[in-house]
Amino acid sequence: MAGLTLASPSAERRGYSPLRETWRRYRRHKPAVVSAVLLLLLIAAVVIGPFIWRVSISDIDVVAGLQGPSLAHPFGTDDLGQDLLARMIYGGRISLAVGLAAMLVSVFVGTLIGALAGMSRGALGYALMWLTDLFLSLPQLPLLLMLIYLFRDGLKAVFGPEGGIFILIVLVIGGLRWMPVARLVRAQFLSLREKEFVEAARALGASPVRQVVRHILPNALGPVIIAGTIDVAAAIIAESTLSFLGLGFPPDTPTWGRILYDAKDFLDIGPHWALFPGGAIFIAVVAINFIGDGLRDALDARKVI
Amino acid sequence: MSQYILRRLMIAIPSLLGISLVLFVVLALAPGDPFSELATNPNVPPEVQAALRAKFGLDDPIYLRYLHWLAAMAQGDWGFSFVSRVDVDTLILQRLPTTLYVVGSSQLLALLIAIPVGVYAATRPYSVFDQLANTFAFIGFSLPTFFTGILFILIFSVKLDWLPFVYTSVPGSGIPWLLEMIRQAIMPVMVLGLFQAASMTRFVRSAMLDVIRLDYVTTARAKGLGQAKVIVKHVMRNAMIPVVTLVALQVPAVFGGAIVTEQIFRIPGIGSLLISSILANDTPVVMAVTFVFACLVVLFNLIADVLYGWLDPRISFR
Amino acid sequence: MALLDIKGLKTHFTTDAGILQAVDGVDISINRGETLCVVGESGCGKTVTAMSILKLIAMPPGKIVEGEIMFEGRDLVPLTSRELDDIRAKEIGFIFQEPMTSLNPVLTIGEQIAESLRRHEAVTKKQALERTIEMLKLVQIPNAAGRVHHYPHQFSGGMRQRVMIAMALACRPKLVIADEPTTALDVTIQAQILDLLQDMKERFGMAVMLITHAMGVVAETAQRVVVMYAGKVVEEAPVDELFGNPRHPYTQGLIRSIPRIDLDAEHKTRLEAIGGSVPILINPPVGCRFAPRCKHAMSICTQKEPRLREIAPGHRMACHLGDAS
Repeated sequence: MAGLTLASPSAERRGYSPLRETWRRYRRHKPAVVSAVLLLLLIAAVVIGPFIWRVSISDIDVVAGLQGPSLAHPFGTDDLGQDLLARMIYGGRISLAVGLAAMLVSVFVGTLIGALAGMSRGALGYALMWLTDLFLSLPQLPLLLMLIYLFRDGLKAVFGPEGGIFILIVLVIGGLRWMPVARLVRAQFLSLREKEFVEAARALGASPVRQVVRHILPNALGPVIIAGTIDVAAAIIAESTLSFLGLGFPPDTPTWGRILYDAKDFLDIGPHWALFPGGAIFIAVVAINFIGDGLRDALDARKVI
Repeated sequence: MSQYILRRLMIAIPSLLGISLVLFVVLALAPGDPFSELATNPNVPPEVQAALRAKFGLDDPIYLRYLHWLAAMAQGDWGFSFVSRVDVDTLILQRLPTTLYVVGSSQLLALLIAIPVGVYAATRPYSVFDQLANTFAFIGFSLPTFFTGILFILIFSVKLDWLPFVYTSVPGSGIPWLLEMIRQAIMPVMVLGLFQAASMTRFVRSAMLDVIRLDYVTTARAKGLGQAKVIVKHVMRNAMIPVVTLVALQVPAVFGGAIVTEQIFRIPGIGSLLISSILANDTPVVMAVTFVFACLVVLFNLIADVLYGWLDPRISFR
Repeated sequence: MALLDIKGLKTHFTTDAGILQAVDGVDISINRGETLCVVGESGCGKTVTAMSILKLIAMPPGKIVEGEIMFEGRDLVPLTSRELDDIRAKEIGFIFQEPMTSLNPVLTIGEQIAESLRRHEAVTKKQALERTIEMLKLVQIPNAAGRVHHYPHQFSGGMRQRVMIAMALACRPKLVIADEPTTALDVTIQAQILDLLQDMKERFGMAVMLITHAMGVVAETAQRVVVMYAGKVVEEAPVDELFGNPRHPYTQGLIRSIPRIDLDAEHKTRLEAIGGSVPILINPPVGCRFAPRCKHAMSICTQKEPRLREIAPGHRMACHLGDAS
């Protein structure tokens, strides 16, 4: 350790900034950098897109149905002649929003349960970990389908067809994906609880809540960010899967999965219809996964030499 | 060892009970009476309705209802499908072998790809092969099964016309029939198998890399055993222990993928049964299939536990 | 002719921060039947030197960049790993530092000893088992015939190190390299293991290269001693000469740092520590590598590297101080 100053003159040159150091390590992961740019472009496209591409998502023109890409319809049209680019932009908003919202739910629930399990030294901790393991061995997709089957109509009545299904899908996907975060947070708690700086805070009389908020959670942030990133991708896949099975958003709400579902019976005459939404899902998911990988390199303290 | 298996069984039972409780609570919390539509469904004879209401004891306190329901499920009395007009257990038993056949073959395919590729990549970290394998694995598990399925149909059925994209299960015999059975299973097995292989390859590679730098591997090298023997006997054997755990954690995702694949290729398994029952509001079948999936997950976890104990002497001796 | 003759060995590692010169020009030779101790602080290159002999270091990032390792007149450096496999365990046995992690947890100890026999000698499975049990008896493991089927986790640390010794000696090698074989063990067990090693050496007549950082161990076991510092040999002498007439300031420091329990409390000799620590071997200091920590450092020490030279028969050292006196 004594030779450390000798080996790393860079630490002296600039002031030490954790954020800059993270960025420096993230930048070395080339696919992650490309993915970040790609994802930003995708987000920009679905946010700004409707203001530039002012074509309605539901204008029906059966004569122009099932056309391949052209100047009038850059992504082609579906069987009813609806413009696929406009529908993709609209669907992208929903798919990405579902992914982000479901991630927030799962990170919130996971952090809460993990923190409780990590703090409690008694039966509560064991019970929560048993619950976590139980949820990990639940068959997710069948349960997801069953929950949507049972609650769909009730929520539709309260929040409207689109709002109801959005809330349901976000809650259910988020509520079935919190376990990895809970495990990570608990593990951080167990390892950090005995570390000197937390001991010191305890000795100084910091309340448990203060210990958690000021000292433990910031240290658990790295792994949680990585898990959360991957959750966004998983939630996008889950939403698309539901829509693809015809059990997600209603038919007039063109999410990427729903467009793919409608397209799958026209593969022989209109393959573009399936390729664009499928490609969009793939690009979003692969980009988010690569970003997660890059963040793992950048945030994983164990990799520091 | 047998004591260890017994202990794992004792742990599996509470988790099965837990899952059944989750399912039941969901059903009980669901708005409205899931059986109320029976009253308006002209297909349901009144006596069946009455029998069902009595069986599920819809007016009993909730814990009694749970116990009744559990007892009925445990006895294999899973109710009656209003759509197919047969007992749910008969229906599921008809469909289950197809699902197990497709899932089993795809798992086998995944293992056959993941172990050699992961092991070879780990022995040459950061080589061209390793980077290619990594990239493919990354793309593989980022590609959702429904999209790979569609791509496969587009390429192998629509463009090349090599393989059928609709699975049929006509009974028959003889070599041509057998070949047809295999031919139609190729695409679904590939879709599911490649998806699994992608994440498994990553598990195998990272587990191998973790083990390869351990002291006892150096000990084995110092014995002059040769690279192949060191890798297979000393590294792989140990690396498989964490891989088993990770693969077990993937089992729920495998069955999720199976549902999607069955739906795309119209395979008559329990996955497509689940979807069609949901679309047809056939509640007893939905409940039963979900429960069967849960049991399968618990069963596969149990198998993984047994494998784990077999691979790691430190566990089974404790 | 020496059994093993290492000349000018340089083993470097490529790291993110630069080239790490872990071993930088080391000369060591061992005669048949001799016990040679290699001493030095952790990180001075002892282990890398030993591992380089059989190419057991990870390559990459490690690489033998220069030098030769003559074993029975044959240079091992140009040999491939496959060619070295015939020498590993058969000619040169290896005992590692950590008995807790150096045995494969999922194979019985019998399997692990027997596989070495089956690799190098034409024996049947049954013969290999018999010889394994015989070896376990030799290293004084009680109930050897039963214990042979047990797994490593069923043994204590000291017992595991006995198993490691049995494994290293199974094929009767001419040289055994023991890399800090007692460091990880309790003090009482340490003595037992060293005795056992001495015992085995007398029984089989092999040469032993014992790597250690404990001067007490050196005094008890060695015939000749090589002192290493920062990837280089700084002094080499027969054991009595080294303890009686240490010439290099580093060796003197090492010897003064041994606790003396034979002197009674009246003497109150102060235990001396050498200030500072081993430099990181990426861009090491020019001149003598010990100079920054040396009490006698002169201006030449930071400019010119001292060469290893003979100052008395069998006594060699590398220090400018010797030139002046």
